[in-house]
Amino acid sequence: MKPGFLQRLDLVARGSTPFVLTALLIVMSAIPTRIPEFAHIAPMLPLMAVYHWSIYRPDLLPAWAVFIAGLMQDALVGTPFGVNALVFLAVHMVVLNQQVFFTGKSFAVVWIGFAMVSAAAFILTWALVSGFFGQSTGLMNMFFQYLVTLGTFPVLTWLLMIWQQRMLSQE
Amino acid sequence: MTDRTRVIHSGFAQPGRGVGSRLMYIILVTASFGLLLLGKADPVFMERVRSQISDFATPILDTLSRPISSTEKVISEINLLSDIRTENEKLRVENDLLLQWQSTARKLEVENKQLKGLLNFAPDAEPGFITARVIADTGGAFVRSIIAGAGLRDGASKGQAVVTSEGLVGRVQGVGTRSVRILLITDLNSRIPVIVESSRTRAIMAGDNSDRPKLIHLPPGAVVSPGDRVVTSGHGGAFPPGIQVGRITAVNEKGIMVQPFVQRERIEFVRIVDYGLKGILDAPQKINKAINKAAGAGAKK
Repeated sequence: MKPGFLQRLDLVARGSTPFVLTALLIVMSAIPTRIPEFAHIAPMLPLMAVYHWSIYRPDLLPAWAVFIAGLMQDALVGTPFGVNALVFLAVHMVVLNQQVFFTGKSFAVVWIGFAMVSAAAFILTWALVSGFFGQSTGLMNMFFQYLVTLGTFPVLTWLLMIWQQRMLSQE
Repeated sequence: MTDRTRVIHSGFAQPGRGVGSRLMYIILVTASFGLLLLGKADPVFMERVRSQISDFATPILDTLSRPISSTEKVISEINLLSDIRTENEKLRVENDLLLQWQSTARKLEVENKQLKGLLNFAPDAEPGFITARVIADTGGAFVRSIIAGAGLRDGASKGQAVVTSEGLVGRVQGVGTRSVRILLITDLNSRIPVIVESSRTRAIMAGDNSDRPKLIHLPPGAVVSPGDRVVTSGHGGAFPPGIQVGRITAVNEKGIMVQPFVQRERIEFVRIVDYGLKGILDAPQKINKAINKAAGAGAKK
């Protein structure tokens, strides 16, 4: 019985890494970099993680985990509670509905997909936060943050891909 | 993508298609909207929840933010070494100047004391400080706030002014046991009563998520010009008067822009200032308490 139990434990541990990595990215995004102007345009790393796992391993990052990740993001960033939860859920939902479109496609397609999905996600965030505060939160910084996020996407996806192949392919 | 990924794909069932998962989405989306409404209806409660979560992440953030600041220190150390000679020359000149100022200040201090004595002037209360390290600079285009590693246990409380040696940083928005969220003066929701130092013109400095907050609600006929210094006025009782805030950079049809003295990326340590002012921020809670007390007394009867 013992090895079986350990094996199962190992599987659970590996299986929880998509959520743990997403949570880690949320915390990491909050670390002060002290680079001038960077804080306002820092890439939305958690959004990429949600997108990535929704495409490749949605079984390991279910809707409730996405919701919790969104709440964590809201708590740390300071956006009204529910905003990022909604945005992350929307991304998760859209990607899952387009599963057929993404499956087995080249990286370029996945990247273009991200460009569209994240643009919608940013606009949704802007609309929700601006609506909540009753005034626009400003578009310029958001646009630059979007560009930086888009540019960072290949690097993070590459890292997540390595993790996925090393840690999650043996199931 | 490689063939390997494709293998991973084919292995699992398609989630998100069943009735159960659709119901899950509906529940979670409703919950999100519910939280948004709750945040609008009871911001104090939601701020407390936020502080609890920040508290939870504080030890991790505290550890992770240390290597960054030490790396940054090494780099700035190297930069300093390379221009130590010019720096030295500059400091010598500055020192001469400051010594002159010092003698002037001493003279004025004595004079001031004597005059205050003549007037029976009641002095301002001496402020208390809490010094804390910035452990999170929660970036993004939507909100401008930072988290510092001091909280209720250190004596921080909501509404206190946060400063560095350069000037005003912002105010305490939420307090946890070991972390505080500081709303920067550039944030969309920041409103600080200020005064233009030279002309004593009162105004409100309103953040708009840009690097240049604007002065609004100036009295009619007020004259301000670029270069004027802006300091806190102390009106409304939230902030002590006289904390330097910034300098007016432009007066045009877009508004009166202020460049804050404090630059966000250079904030490493902050001082949370306790001037013993309770301010307007406490008022609703006090009223609530009073109401509860009255209700309690009524129930007893």
